[in-house]
Amino acid sequence: MSGFFDIPSDLQHSWWGLIGLHLREALLPVLAGLLLALPLGQLCVRVRWLYAPVLWVTTVLYAIPSLAFFVVLIDYTGQTELTVMIPLTVYSLVVLVPAIVDAVRSVPQETLAAATAMGFGPVRRYLQVQLPIAVPAIIAGLRVATVSSISLVSVGTLIGNQGALGNLLHDATIYNRPELAWNAVITMAVLAMLADAVLVLVRVLLTPWMPSGAGRRTTPRTAGTRPVPAEPALKDAAR
Amino acid sequence: MAVDRLSLEIPDRSITVLVGPSGCGKTTTLRMINRMVEPTEGTILIDGVDSRQQPVNILRRSMGYVIQNAGLFQHRTIIDNIATVPRLLGWSKDKSRARARELMERVGLDAALAKRYPYQLSGGQQQRVGVARALAADPPVLLMDEPFSAVDPVVRKGLQDELLRIQEELGKTIVFVTHDIDEAVKIGTMVAVLRTGGRLAQFAPPAELLSSPADAFVEDFLGADRGIRRLSFFSSAGLDLLTAPIVAVDATAEQIAARADAGAPYLLVTDVDGKPLGWSEPGRLTAGRIDRGQLLSHGRPFVAGQESLRAALDCAVLSPTGWAVAVDGEGRAAGVVSQQAIGEAIRGAHEDSVGPAKVLR
Repeated sequence: MSGFFDIPSDLQHSWWGLIGLHLREALLPVLAGLLLALPLGQLCVRVRWLYAPVLWVTTVLYAIPSLAFFVVLIDYTGQTELTVMIPLTVYSLVVLVPAIVDAVRSVPQETLAAATAMGFGPVRRYLQVQLPIAVPAIIAGLRVATVSSISLVSVGTLIGNQGALGNLLHDATIYNRPELAWNAVITMAVLAMLADAVLVLVRVLLTPWMPSGAGRRTTPRTAGTRPVPAEPALKDAAR
Repeated sequence: MAVDRLSLEIPDRSITVLVGPSGCGKTTTLRMINRMVEPTEGTILIDGVDSRQQPVNILRRSMGYVIQNAGLFQHRTIIDNIATVPRLLGWSKDKSRARARELMERVGLDAALAKRYPYQLSGGQQQRVGVARALAADPPVLLMDEPFSAVDPVVRKGLQDELLRIQEELGKTIVFVTHDIDEAVKIGTMVAVLRTGGRLAQFAPPAELLSSPADAFVEDFLGADRGIRRLSFFSSAGLDLLTAPIVAVDATAEQIAARADAGAPYLLVTDVDGKPLGWSEPGRLTAGRIDRGQLLSHGRPFVAGQESLRAALDCAVLSPTGWAVAVDGEGRAAGVVSQQAIGEAIRGAHEDSVGPAKVLR
Protein backbone atom coordinates (compact mmCIF):
# COMPACT_ATOMS: atom_id res chain seq x y z
CA MET A 1 0.00 0.00 0.00
CA SER A 2 2.60 2.46 -1.07
CA GLY A 3 1.97 3.02 -4.79
CA PHE A 4 2.91 6.21 -6.54
CA PHE A 5 -0.70 7.20 -7.03
CA ASP A 6 -2.07 5.93 -3.70
CA ILE A 7 -3.07 9.12 -1.98
CA PRO A 8 -3.36 8.96 1.83
CA SER A 9 -6.97 9.13 2.95
CA ASP A 10 -6.48 12.19 5.14
CA LEU A 11 -6.41 14.32 2.01
CA GLN A 12 -9.96 13.17 1.10
CA HIS A 13 -9.22 13.30 -2.61
CA SER A 14 -8.01 11.00 -5.36
CA TRP A 15 -4.98 12.02 -7.42
CA TRP A 16 -7.28 13.42 -10.08
CA GLY A 17 -9.27 15.18 -7.41
CA LEU A 18 -6.12 16.86 -6.14
CA ILE A 19 -5.27 17.98 -9.66
CA GLY A 20 -8.71 19.55 -10.08
CA LEU A 21 -8.39 21.27 -6.74
CA HIS A 22 -4.89 22.46 -7.54
CA LEU A 23 -5.89 23.95 -10.88
CA ARG A 24 -8.86 25.72 -9.30
CA GLU A 25 -6.74 27.21 -6.54
CA ALA A 26 -4.05 28.26 -9.01
CA LEU A 27 -6.09 29.53 -11.95
CA LEU A 28 -8.93 31.39 -10.25
CA PRO A 29 -6.44 33.83 -8.66
CA VAL A 30 -4.82 34.47 -12.05
CA LEU A 31 -8.24 35.17 -13.55
CA ALA A 32 -9.11 37.47 -10.66
CA GLY A 33 -5.71 39.11 -11.02
CA LEU A 34 -6.35 39.70 -14.73
CA LEU A 35 -9.75 41.26 -14.00
CA LEU A 36 -8.11 43.59 -11.49
CA ALA A 37 -5.05 44.32 -13.60
CA LEU A 38 -6.96 45.31 -16.77
CA PRO A 39 -8.64 48.40 -15.31
CA LEU A 40 -5.61 49.12 -13.11
CA GLY A 41 -3.30 48.91 -16.13
CA GLN A 42 -5.58 51.11 -18.21
CA LEU A 43 -5.64 53.65 -15.38
CA CYS A 44 -1.84 53.62 -15.28
CA VAL A 45 -1.69 54.21 -19.03
CA ARG A 46 -4.13 57.12 -18.85
CA VAL A 47 -2.70 58.71 -15.69
CA ARG A 48 1.00 58.33 -16.30
CA TRP A 49 2.25 59.30 -12.85
CA LEU A 50 0.19 56.53 -11.26
CA TYR A 51 2.24 53.77 -12.81
CA ALA A 52 5.33 54.12 -10.61
CA PRO A 53 3.44 54.08 -7.26
CA VAL A 54 1.16 51.24 -8.42
CA LEU A 55 4.18 49.21 -9.45
CA TRP A 56 5.82 49.98 -6.12
CA VAL A 57 2.76 48.80 -4.18
CA THR A 58 2.44 45.55 -6.15
CA THR A 59 6.12 44.83 -5.59
CA VAL A 60 5.87 45.44 -1.87
CA LEU A 61 2.82 43.20 -1.65
CA TYR A 62 4.72 40.53 -3.54
CA ALA A 63 7.49 40.76 -0.94
CA ILE A 64 5.12 39.90 1.91
CA PRO A 65 5.55 36.20 2.75
CA SER A 66 2.40 34.16 2.20
CA LEU A 67 2.52 32.96 5.80
CA ALA A 68 2.09 36.56 6.96
CA PHE A 69 -0.89 36.92 4.63
CA PHE A 70 -2.42 33.76 6.05
CA VAL A 71 -2.04 34.93 9.62
CA VAL A 72 -3.96 38.09 8.83
CA LEU A 73 -6.57 36.52 6.55
CA ILE A 74 -7.36 33.47 8.64
CA ASP A 75 -9.34 35.63 11.06
CA TYR A 76 -11.66 36.65 8.27
CA THR A 77 -11.78 33.78 5.81
CA GLY A 78 -10.79 30.82 7.97
CA GLN A 79 -8.88 27.75 6.85
CA THR A 80 -10.40 27.82 3.38
CA GLU A 81 -9.27 27.86 -0.20
CA LEU A 82 -10.13 31.55 -0.29
CA THR A 83 -7.36 32.24 2.23
CA VAL A 84 -4.90 30.70 -0.23
CA MET A 85 -6.34 32.34 -3.31
CA ILE A 86 -6.34 35.93 -2.03
CA PRO A 87 -2.53 36.16 -1.66
CA LEU A 88 -2.07 34.39 -4.99
CA THR A 89 -4.30 37.00 -6.64
CA VAL A 90 -2.24 39.78 -5.11
CA TYR A 91 1.00 38.12 -6.20
CA SER A 92 -0.19 37.80 -9.80
CA LEU A 93 -0.55 41.57 -10.01
CA VAL A 94 3.18 42.10 -9.86
CA VAL A 95 3.45 40.37 -13.24
CA LEU A 96 0.13 41.29 -14.81
CA VAL A 97 0.02 45.04 -14.19
CA PRO A 98 3.32 45.82 -15.93
CA ALA A 99 2.51 43.32 -18.67
CA ILE A 100 -0.78 45.05 -19.40
CA VAL A 101 0.67 48.56 -19.17
CA ASP A 102 3.48 47.62 -21.57
CA ALA A 103 1.05 45.82 -23.84
CA VAL A 104 -1.33 48.72 -24.12
CA ARG A 105 1.52 51.20 -24.52
CA SER A 106 3.06 49.10 -27.27
CA VAL A 107 0.12 49.81 -29.58
CA PRO A 108 1.65 52.13 -32.22
CA GLN A 109 0.81 55.81 -31.93
CA GLU A 110 -0.25 55.98 -35.58
CA THR A 111 -2.75 53.21 -35.03
CA LEU A 112 -4.31 55.07 -32.13
CA ALA A 113 -4.27 58.39 -33.98
CA ALA A 114 -5.86 56.71 -37.00
CA ALA A 115 -8.57 55.18 -34.80
CA THR A 116 -9.33 58.53 -33.17
CA ALA A 117 -9.35 60.28 -36.52
CA MET A 118 -11.82 57.76 -37.92
CA GLY A 119 -14.26 58.57 -35.14
CA PHE A 120 -13.72 55.84 -32.54
CA GLY A 121 -14.86 56.91 -29.07
CA PRO A 122 -12.50 56.10 -26.16
CA VAL A 123 -14.34 52.96 -25.02
CA ARG A 124 -14.72 51.54 -28.49
CA ARG A 125 -11.11 52.36 -29.23
CA TYR A 126 -9.99 50.50 -26.11
CA LEU A 127 -12.10 47.42 -26.78
CA GLN A 128 -11.72 47.18 -30.55
CA VAL A 129 -8.21 48.45 -31.12
CA GLN A 130 -5.97 48.63 -28.06
CA LEU A 131 -7.02 45.46 -26.29
CA PRO A 132 -6.88 43.11 -29.31
CA ILE A 133 -3.46 44.44 -30.30
CA ALA A 134 -2.28 44.04 -26.69
CA VAL A 135 -3.34 40.38 -26.54
CA PRO A 136 0.08 38.82 -27.27
CA ALA A 137 1.83 40.79 -24.52
CA ILE A 138 -1.01 40.24 -22.06
CA ILE A 139 -0.84 36.50 -22.66
CA ALA A 140 2.93 36.60 -22.20
CA GLY A 141 2.25 38.03 -18.73
CA LEU A 142 -0.47 35.49 -18.07
CA ARG A 143 1.94 32.65 -18.81
CA VAL A 144 4.39 33.80 -16.16
CA ALA A 145 1.62 34.46 -13.65
CA THR A 146 -0.03 31.07 -14.28
CA VAL A 147 3.12 29.02 -13.93
CA SER A 148 4.17 30.76 -10.74
CA SER A 149 0.66 30.48 -9.31
CA ILE A 150 0.62 26.72 -9.94
CA SER A 151 3.78 26.29 -7.94
CA LEU A 152 2.71 28.70 -5.19
CA VAL A 153 -0.54 26.89 -4.38
CA SER A 154 1.37 24.31 -2.35
CA VAL A 155 1.99 26.79 0.48
CA GLY A 156 -1.68 26.28 1.34
CA THR A 157 -0.52 23.15 3.15
CA LEU A 158 0.39 25.45 6.01
CA ILE A 159 -3.23 26.28 6.80
CA GLY A 160 -4.78 22.89 7.17
CA ASN A 161 -4.29 21.01 3.98
CA GLN A 162 -5.40 23.72 1.55
CA GLY A 163 -2.36 23.17 -0.65
CA ALA A 164 -3.91 20.62 -3.05
CA LEU A 165 -0.97 18.72 -4.59
CA GLY A 166 1.28 20.51 -2.10
CA ASN A 167 -0.34 18.52 0.69
CA LEU A 168 1.42 15.47 -0.67
CA LEU A 169 4.73 17.03 0.36
CA HIS A 170 3.54 17.19 3.95
CA ASP A 171 2.17 13.64 3.82
CA ALA A 172 5.45 12.44 2.31
CA THR A 173 7.22 13.46 5.52
CA ILE A 174 4.65 12.31 8.07
CA TYR A 175 4.07 8.93 6.40
CA ASN A 176 7.70 8.60 5.32
CA ARG A 177 6.68 8.04 1.70
CA PRO A 178 9.13 9.96 -0.53
CA GLU A 179 7.31 8.87 -3.68
CA LEU A 180 4.47 11.17 -2.68
CA ALA A 181 6.87 14.10 -2.79
CA TRP A 182 8.01 13.02 -6.25
CA ASN A 183 4.40 12.73 -7.30
CA ALA A 184 3.65 16.28 -6.10
CA VAL A 185 6.66 17.85 -7.75
CA ILE A 186 6.32 16.06 -11.08
CA THR A 187 2.56 16.57 -11.31
CA MET A 188 2.87 20.28 -10.59
CA ALA A 189 5.61 20.64 -13.18
CA VAL A 190 3.54 18.85 -15.80
CA LEU A 191 0.48 20.94 -14.95
CA ALA A 192 2.54 24.12 -15.30
CA MET A 193 3.83 23.05 -18.69
CA LEU A 194 0.37 22.04 -19.91
CA ALA A 195 -1.19 25.29 -18.72
CA ASP A 196 1.58 27.19 -20.45
CA ALA A 197 1.01 25.25 -23.67
CA VAL A 198 -2.71 25.98 -23.52
CA LEU A 199 -2.01 29.70 -23.20
CA VAL A 200 0.33 29.58 -26.18
CA LEU A 201 -2.41 27.87 -28.15
CA VAL A 202 -4.93 30.51 -27.09
CA ARG A 203 -2.53 33.20 -28.23
CA VAL A 204 -2.06 31.56 -31.61
CA LEU A 205 -5.82 31.24 -32.07
CA LEU A 206 -6.49 34.83 -31.00
CA THR A 207 -3.77 36.40 -33.13
CA PRO A 208 -3.86 35.11 -36.69
CA TRP A 209 -2.62 38.58 -37.59
CA MET A 210 0.79 38.07 -36.02
CA PRO A 211 3.78 37.12 -38.14
CA SER A 212 4.60 33.53 -37.22
CA GLY A 213 7.77 31.48 -37.31
CA ALA A 214 11.06 31.95 -35.52
CA GLY A 215 12.79 33.95 -38.23
CA ARG A 216 10.05 36.51 -38.60
CA ARG A 217 9.61 38.12 -35.26
CA THR A 218 10.01 41.57 -36.71
CA THR A 219 7.22 42.75 -38.91
CA PRO A 220 8.43 42.71 -42.50
CA ARG A 221 7.88 46.28 -43.64
CA THR A 222 9.52 47.37 -46.81
CA ALA A 223 9.68 50.84 -45.41
CA GLY A 224 11.79 49.49 -42.60
CA THR A 225 12.46 52.95 -41.27
CA ARG A 226 10.49 52.63 -38.10
CA PRO A 227 11.26 50.31 -35.20
CA VAL A 228 8.11 48.37 -34.51
CA PRO A 229 7.08 49.42 -31.01
CA ALA A 230 5.28 46.16 -30.33
CA GLU A 231 8.46 44.21 -30.82
CA PRO A 232 9.55 43.68 -27.21
CA ALA A 233 6.05 42.47 -26.46
CA LEU A 234 6.11 40.11 -29.41
CA LYS A 235 9.46 38.73 -28.37
CA ASP A 236 8.12 38.21 -24.92
CA ALA A 237 5.14 36.36 -26.26
CA ALA A 238 7.23 34.17 -28.48
CA ARG A 239 9.53 33.19 -25.70
CA MET B 1 2.48 78.25 -29.39
CA ALA B 2 2.15 75.68 -32.14
CA VAL B 3 -0.13 77.57 -34.49
CA ASP B 4 -0.70 81.29 -34.14
CA ARG B 5 -3.57 83.10 -35.85
CA LEU B 6 -3.42 81.11 -39.06
CA SER B 7 -6.07 82.11 -41.53
CA LEU B 8 -6.47 79.99 -44.61
CA GLU B 9 -9.25 79.41 -47.08
CA ILE B 10 -9.03 75.92 -48.48
CA PRO B 11 -10.57 75.61 -51.95
CA ASP B 12 -13.17 72.95 -52.64
CA ARG B 13 -12.38 69.85 -54.72
CA SER B 14 -8.68 70.49 -54.98
CA ILE B 15 -5.49 69.55 -53.19
CA THR B 16 -4.16 72.08 -50.70
CA VAL B 17 -0.71 71.26 -49.41
CA LEU B 18 0.59 72.50 -46.06
CA VAL B 19 4.36 72.45 -46.21
CA GLY B 20 7.06 73.72 -43.91
CA PRO B 21 10.00 72.71 -41.74
CA SER B 22 9.39 70.34 -38.85
CA GLY B 23 7.79 72.02 -35.89
CA CYS B 24 5.99 74.58 -38.03
CA GLY B 25 2.60 73.37 -36.88
CA LYS B 26 1.40 71.82 -40.11
CA THR B 27 0.23 68.60 -38.49
CA THR B 28 -1.36 70.58 -35.67
CA THR B 29 -3.22 72.63 -38.27
CA LEU B 30 -4.43 69.47 -39.98
CA ARG B 31 -5.56 67.96 -36.69
CA MET B 32 -7.51 71.08 -35.85
CA ILE B 33 -9.67 70.47 -38.90
CA ASN B 34 -11.01 67.20 -37.48
CA ARG B 35 -10.67 68.46 -33.90
CA MET B 36 -8.00 66.04 -32.78
CA VAL B 37 -6.47 69.27 -31.57
CA GLU B 38 -8.90 71.89 -30.32
CA PRO B 39 -7.93 75.47 -31.13
CA THR B 40 -7.76 77.72 -28.07
CA GLU B 41 -9.30 80.52 -30.07
CA GLY B 42 -10.72 81.12 -33.52
CA THR B 43 -13.08 79.02 -35.58
CA ILE B 44 -12.89 76.48 -38.34
CA LEU B 45 -15.71 76.70 -40.83
CA ILE B 46 -16.56 73.79 -43.08
CA ASP B 47 -18.93 74.86 -45.85
CA GLY B 48 -19.62 77.90 -43.74
CA VAL B 49 -20.57 75.89 -40.62
CA ASP B 50 -18.52 75.93 -37.42
CA SER B 51 -16.90 72.50 -37.02
CA ARG B 52 -17.84 72.49 -33.33
CA GLN B 53 -21.54 72.38 -34.10
CA GLN B 54 -21.66 68.63 -34.56
CA PRO B 55 -20.49 65.81 -32.27
CA VAL B 56 -16.79 65.23 -32.71
CA ASN B 57 -17.01 61.59 -33.82
CA ILE B 58 -19.66 62.40 -36.41
CA LEU B 59 -17.38 65.13 -37.76
CA ARG B 60 -14.41 62.75 -37.92
CA ARG B 61 -16.35 60.04 -39.70
CA SER B 62 -17.15 62.57 -42.42
CA MET B 63 -13.45 63.16 -43.07
CA GLY B 64 -11.02 60.59 -44.40
CA TYR B 65 -7.69 60.56 -42.60
CA VAL B 66 -4.46 59.10 -43.91
CA ILE B 67 -1.43 59.01 -41.67
CA GLN B 68 2.28 58.31 -42.03
CA ASN B 69 3.01 54.55 -41.95
CA ALA B 70 -0.68 54.06 -42.76
CA GLY B 71 -1.59 53.35 -39.11
CA LEU B 72 -3.45 50.22 -40.16
CA PHE B 73 -5.13 48.00 -37.61
CA GLN B 74 -2.65 45.14 -37.53
CA HIS B 75 -5.22 42.79 -36.01
CA ARG B 76 -7.72 43.18 -38.83
CA THR B 77 -7.65 41.92 -42.39
CA ILE B 78 -7.15 44.39 -45.21
CA ILE B 79 -10.79 44.32 -46.18
CA ASP B 80 -11.93 44.90 -42.60
CA ASN B 81 -9.44 47.72 -42.22
CA ILE B 82 -10.96 49.44 -45.23
CA ALA B 83 -14.50 48.74 -44.02
CA THR B 84 -13.85 50.40 -40.64
CA VAL B 85 -15.66 53.70 -41.09
CA PRO B 86 -18.67 52.25 -42.92
CA ARG B 87 -19.02 49.82 -40.00
CA LEU B 88 -18.78 52.72 -37.53
CA LEU B 89 -21.51 54.45 -39.52
CA GLY B 90 -23.69 51.39 -39.04
CA TRP B 91 -23.57 49.88 -42.51
CA SER B 92 -24.15 46.12 -42.66
CA LYS B 93 -21.09 43.87 -42.80
CA ASP B 94 -21.84 42.77 -46.37
CA LYS B 95 -22.39 46.27 -47.65
CA SER B 96 -19.23 47.53 -45.94
CA ARG B 97 -17.14 44.75 -47.39
CA ALA B 98 -18.58 45.19 -50.86
CA ARG B 99 -17.64 48.85 -50.62
CA ALA B 100 -14.17 47.90 -49.37
CA ARG B 101 -13.63 45.61 -52.37
CA GLU B 102 -14.66 48.40 -54.70
CA LEU B 103 -12.07 50.69 -53.09
CA MET B 104 -9.30 48.11 -53.25
CA GLU B 105 -9.75 48.14 -56.98
CA ARG B 106 -9.86 51.93 -57.10
CA VAL B 107 -6.49 52.32 -55.33
CA GLY B 108 -4.89 49.54 -57.35
CA LEU B 109 -4.79 46.72 -54.83
CA ASP B 110 -5.14 43.12 -55.95
CA ALA B 111 -8.42 41.60 -54.71
CA ALA B 112 -6.40 38.58 -53.52
CA LEU B 113 -5.01 40.74 -50.71
CA ALA B 114 -8.45 41.19 -49.09
CA LYS B 115 -8.02 38.44 -46.52
CA ARG B 116 -4.39 39.20 -45.71
CA TYR B 117 -3.16 41.01 -42.65
CA PRO B 118 -1.17 44.26 -42.76
CA TYR B 119 2.16 42.63 -41.89
CA GLN B 120 1.92 40.60 -45.09
CA LEU B 121 1.90 43.74 -47.27
CA SER B 122 4.73 45.99 -48.45
CA GLY B 123 4.96 49.55 -47.20
CA GLY B 124 3.56 50.90 -50.45
CA GLN B 125 0.64 48.49 -50.39
CA GLN B 126 -0.09 49.38 -46.77
CA GLN B 127 -0.23 53.04 -47.72
CA ARG B 128 -2.70 52.25 -50.49
CA VAL B 129 -4.85 50.46 -47.93
CA GLY B 130 -4.59 53.60 -45.80
CA VAL B 131 -5.93 55.70 -48.67
CA ALA B 132 -8.68 53.19 -49.43
CA ARG B 133 -9.70 53.16 -45.77
CA ALA B 134 -9.91 56.95 -45.74
CA LEU B 135 -12.12 56.93 -48.84
CA ALA B 136 -14.40 54.13 -47.66
CA ALA B 137 -17.37 56.18 -46.53
CA ASP B 138 -16.97 58.56 -49.49
CA PRO B 139 -16.16 61.59 -47.32
CA PRO B 140 -16.07 64.96 -49.08
CA VAL B 141 -12.89 65.88 -47.20
CA LEU B 142 -9.61 63.95 -47.05
CA LEU B 143 -6.89 64.83 -44.54
CA MET B 144 -3.47 63.40 -45.32
CA ASP B 145 -0.63 63.70 -42.81
CA GLU B 146 2.72 62.97 -44.49
CA PRO B 147 1.14 59.87 -45.99
CA PHE B 148 4.01 58.94 -48.29
CA SER B 149 7.08 59.98 -46.34
CA ALA B 150 7.96 56.53 -44.99
CA VAL B 151 8.17 54.73 -48.34
CA ASP B 152 11.10 54.70 -50.72
CA PRO B 153 11.29 57.32 -53.50
CA VAL B 154 10.19 55.02 -56.32
CA VAL B 155 7.12 53.79 -54.44
CA ARG B 156 6.41 57.35 -53.31
CA LYS B 157 6.34 58.61 -56.88
CA GLY B 158 3.90 55.82 -57.77
CA LEU B 159 1.65 56.69 -54.85
CA GLN B 160 1.71 60.38 -55.74
CA ASP B 161 0.72 59.65 -59.34
CA GLU B 162 -2.00 57.35 -58.07
CA LEU B 163 -3.33 60.04 -55.75
CA LEU B 164 -3.50 62.55 -58.61
CA ARG B 165 -5.35 60.01 -60.72
CA ILE B 166 -7.83 59.20 -57.95
CA GLN B 167 -8.33 62.89 -57.30
CA GLU B 168 -9.14 63.43 -60.97
CA GLU B 169 -11.86 60.79 -60.69
CA LEU B 170 -13.28 61.73 -57.29
CA GLY B 171 -12.64 65.45 -56.85
CA LYS B 172 -12.27 65.45 -53.07
CA THR B 173 -11.26 68.42 -50.98
CA ILE B 174 -7.84 67.25 -49.86
CA VAL B 175 -5.59 68.83 -47.25
CA PHE B 176 -2.14 67.29 -47.53
CA VAL B 177 0.68 67.82 -45.06
CA THR B 178 4.29 67.23 -46.06
CA HIS B 179 7.76 68.49 -45.27
CA ASP B 180 8.89 67.70 -48.81
CA ILE B 181 8.64 70.76 -51.03
CA ASP B 182 9.00 68.65 -54.18
CA GLU B 183 5.98 66.62 -53.16
CA ALA B 184 4.09 69.82 -52.39
CA VAL B 185 4.89 71.27 -55.79
CA LYS B 186 3.96 68.06 -57.57
CA ILE B 187 0.69 67.35 -55.78
CA GLY B 188 -0.70 70.72 -54.77
CA THR B 189 -3.25 72.81 -56.55
CA MET B 190 -2.46 75.36 -53.88
CA VAL B 191 0.55 75.28 -51.57
CA ALA B 192 0.66 76.93 -48.15
CA VAL B 193 4.20 77.40 -46.87
CA LEU B 194 4.22 77.66 -43.08
CA ARG B 195 6.97 78.94 -40.89
CA THR B 196 7.53 78.12 -37.22
CA GLY B 197 4.54 79.00 -35.10
CA GLY B 198 2.13 78.09 -37.86
CA ARG B 199 2.48 81.49 -39.49
CA LEU B 200 1.61 81.55 -43.15
CA ALA B 201 4.61 82.53 -45.24
CA GLN B 202 2.96 82.17 -48.64
CA PHE B 203 -0.20 80.67 -50.10
CA ALA B 204 -0.01 80.26 -53.85
CA PRO B 205 -0.22 77.78 -56.72
CA PRO B 206 3.06 75.86 -57.05
CA ALA B 207 4.20 77.56 -60.27
CA GLU B 208 3.77 80.97 -58.69
CA LEU B 209 5.56 79.79 -55.56
CA LEU B 210 8.57 78.79 -57.63
CA SER B 211 8.60 81.89 -59.81
CA SER B 212 7.99 84.49 -57.13
CA PRO B 213 8.64 83.38 -53.56
CA ALA B 214 7.23 85.90 -51.10
CA ASP B 215 10.35 86.29 -49.00
CA ALA B 216 13.78 84.92 -48.16
CA PHE B 217 12.31 82.16 -45.93
CA VAL B 218 10.18 80.74 -48.73
CA GLU B 219 13.00 81.09 -51.22
CA ASP B 220 15.36 79.29 -48.87
CA PHE B 221 12.82 76.58 -48.22
CA LEU B 222 12.28 76.03 -51.94
CA GLY B 223 15.96 75.18 -52.27
CA ALA B 224 18.75 76.19 -54.61
CA ASP B 225 17.39 74.71 -57.83
CA ARG B 226 13.90 76.17 -57.84
CA GLY B 227 14.61 77.61 -61.28
CA ILE B 228 15.18 74.15 -62.68
CA ARG B 229 12.19 72.71 -60.84
CA ARG B 230 9.98 75.46 -62.09
CA LEU B 231 10.66 74.19 -65.60
CA SER B 232 8.42 71.22 -64.84
CA PHE B 233 5.50 73.61 -65.23
CA PHE B 234 6.43 74.56 -68.81
CA SER B 235 5.36 72.27 -71.62
CA SER B 236 7.91 71.01 -74.12
CA ALA B 237 5.27 71.44 -76.84
CA GLY B 238 6.74 74.73 -78.00
CA LEU B 239 10.20 73.33 -78.80
CA ASP B 240 11.31 73.41 -82.44
CA LEU B 241 12.24 69.81 -83.10
CA LEU B 242 14.61 69.09 -85.98
CA THR B 243 13.85 65.94 -87.91
CA ALA B 244 16.59 66.37 -90.52
CA PRO B 245 19.50 64.97 -88.42
CA ILE B 246 17.76 61.59 -88.07
CA VAL B 247 18.77 58.61 -90.19
CA ALA B 248 17.50 55.06 -90.09
CA VAL B 249 19.94 52.25 -89.47
CA ASP B 250 19.35 50.96 -93.01
CA ALA B 251 19.91 54.37 -94.69
CA THR B 252 21.70 54.57 -98.03
CA ALA B 253 24.97 56.48 -98.53
CA GLU B 254 23.07 59.27 -100.32
CA GLN B 255 20.65 59.67 -97.45
CA ILE B 256 23.51 59.90 -94.98
CA ALA B 257 25.37 62.38 -97.13
CA ALA B 258 22.22 64.48 -97.63
CA ARG B 259 21.74 64.76 -93.86
CA ALA B 260 25.37 65.33 -92.99
CA ASP B 261 24.91 69.08 -93.04
CA ALA B 262 21.36 69.17 -91.80
CA GLY B 263 22.15 71.65 -89.07
CA ALA B 264 23.47 69.38 -86.37
CA PRO B 265 27.04 68.22 -85.72
CA TYR B 266 25.75 64.69 -85.09
CA LEU B 267 23.19 62.39 -86.67
CA LEU B 268 20.72 60.36 -84.64
CA VAL B 269 20.51 56.77 -85.85
CA THR B 270 17.20 54.98 -85.37
CA ASP B 271 16.21 51.39 -85.91
CA VAL B 272 13.85 50.45 -88.75
CA ASP B 273 10.82 51.22 -86.54
CA GLY B 274 12.11 54.72 -85.87
CA LYS B 275 13.22 54.11 -82.30
CA PRO B 276 16.42 55.96 -81.37
CA LEU B 277 19.62 53.90 -81.16
CA GLY B 278 22.34 56.51 -80.63
CA TRP B 279 24.33 59.43 -81.99
CA SER B 280 27.17 59.39 -84.48
CA GLU B 281 29.31 61.90 -86.36
CA PRO B 282 28.20 61.87 -89.99
CA GLY B 283 31.69 61.01 -91.22
CA ARG B 284 31.81 57.83 -89.17
CA LEU B 285 28.63 56.42 -90.69
CA THR B 286 28.88 54.00 -93.54
CA ALA B 287 25.74 52.97 -95.36
CA GLY B 288 24.59 49.40 -95.01
CA ARG B 289 26.78 48.43 -92.12
CA ILE B 290 26.23 50.82 -89.28
CA ASP B 291 27.87 49.38 -86.20
CA ARG B 292 25.50 49.91 -83.27
CA GLY B 293 28.32 49.50 -80.81
CA GLN B 294 30.07 52.58 -82.20
CA LEU B 295 27.10 54.88 -81.51
CA LEU B 296 27.13 57.40 -78.64
CA SER B 297 24.33 56.89 -76.16
CA HIS B 298 21.34 59.21 -76.48
CA GLY B 299 20.42 59.30 -72.79
CA ARG B 300 16.80 59.16 -71.70
CA PRO B 301 14.59 60.68 -74.39
CA PHE B 302 11.63 62.93 -73.44
CA VAL B 303 8.10 62.57 -74.74
CA ALA B 304 7.48 65.56 -77.00
CA GLY B 305 4.61 67.77 -75.86
CA GLN B 306 3.75 65.57 -72.88
CA GLU B 307 6.78 66.07 -70.73
CA SER B 308 8.02 69.39 -69.47
CA LEU B 309 10.95 71.57 -70.44
CA ARG B 310 12.64 70.20 -67.33
CA ALA B 311 12.64 66.71 -68.83
CA ALA B 312 13.88 68.08 -72.15
CA LEU B 313 16.72 70.01 -70.52
CA ASP B 314 17.63 66.96 -68.47
CA CYS B 315 17.91 64.87 -71.64
CA ALA B 316 20.13 67.43 -73.29
CA VAL B 317 22.38 67.72 -70.25
CA LEU B 318 22.71 63.94 -69.99
CA SER B 319 23.39 63.43 -73.68
CA PRO B 320 27.09 63.35 -74.59
CA THR B 321 26.31 65.36 -77.72
CA GLY B 322 24.40 68.06 -75.87
CA TRP B 323 21.30 67.34 -77.93
CA ALA B 324 18.08 65.95 -76.52
CA VAL B 325 16.03 63.30 -78.30
CA ALA B 326 12.26 63.75 -78.42
CA VAL B 327 10.07 60.69 -78.90
CA ASP B 328 6.36 60.23 -79.52
CA GLY B 329 4.03 58.19 -77.33
CA GLU B 330 5.25 54.94 -78.90
CA GLY B 331 8.93 55.72 -78.34
CA ARG B 332 9.72 56.60 -81.96
CA ALA B 333 12.09 59.49 -82.50
CA ALA B 334 10.06 62.64 -83.14
CA GLY B 335 12.99 64.99 -83.50
CA VAL B 336 16.10 66.32 -81.85
CA VAL B 337 16.75 69.61 -80.13
CA SER B 338 19.90 71.32 -78.88
CA GLN B 339 20.59 72.71 -75.44
CA GLN B 340 20.69 76.11 -77.03
CA ALA B 341 17.20 75.75 -78.51
CA ILE B 342 15.91 74.53 -75.14
CA GLY B 343 17.54 77.53 -73.48
CA GLU B 344 15.71 79.86 -75.84
CA ALA B 345 12.43 78.07 -75.17
CA ILE B 346 13.01 78.53 -71.43
CA ARG B 347 13.59 82.25 -71.87
CA GLY B 348 10.45 82.45 -73.96
CA ALA B 349 8.44 80.55 -71.39
CA HIS B 350 9.62 82.84 -68.60
CA GLU B 351 8.54 85.87 -70.60
CA ASP B 352 5.17 84.27 -71.30
CA SER B 353 4.64 83.39 -67.67
CA VAL B 354 4.90 87.03 -66.71
CA GLY B 355 1.88 87.50 -68.92
CA PRO B 356 -0.76 84.74 -69.15
CA ALA B 357 1.10 81.64 -68.04
CA LYS B 358 1.42 78.67 -70.31
CA VAL B 359 1.63 76.06 -67.67
CA LEU B 360 1.48 72.31 -67.72
CA ARG B 361 -1.39 70.48 -65.95
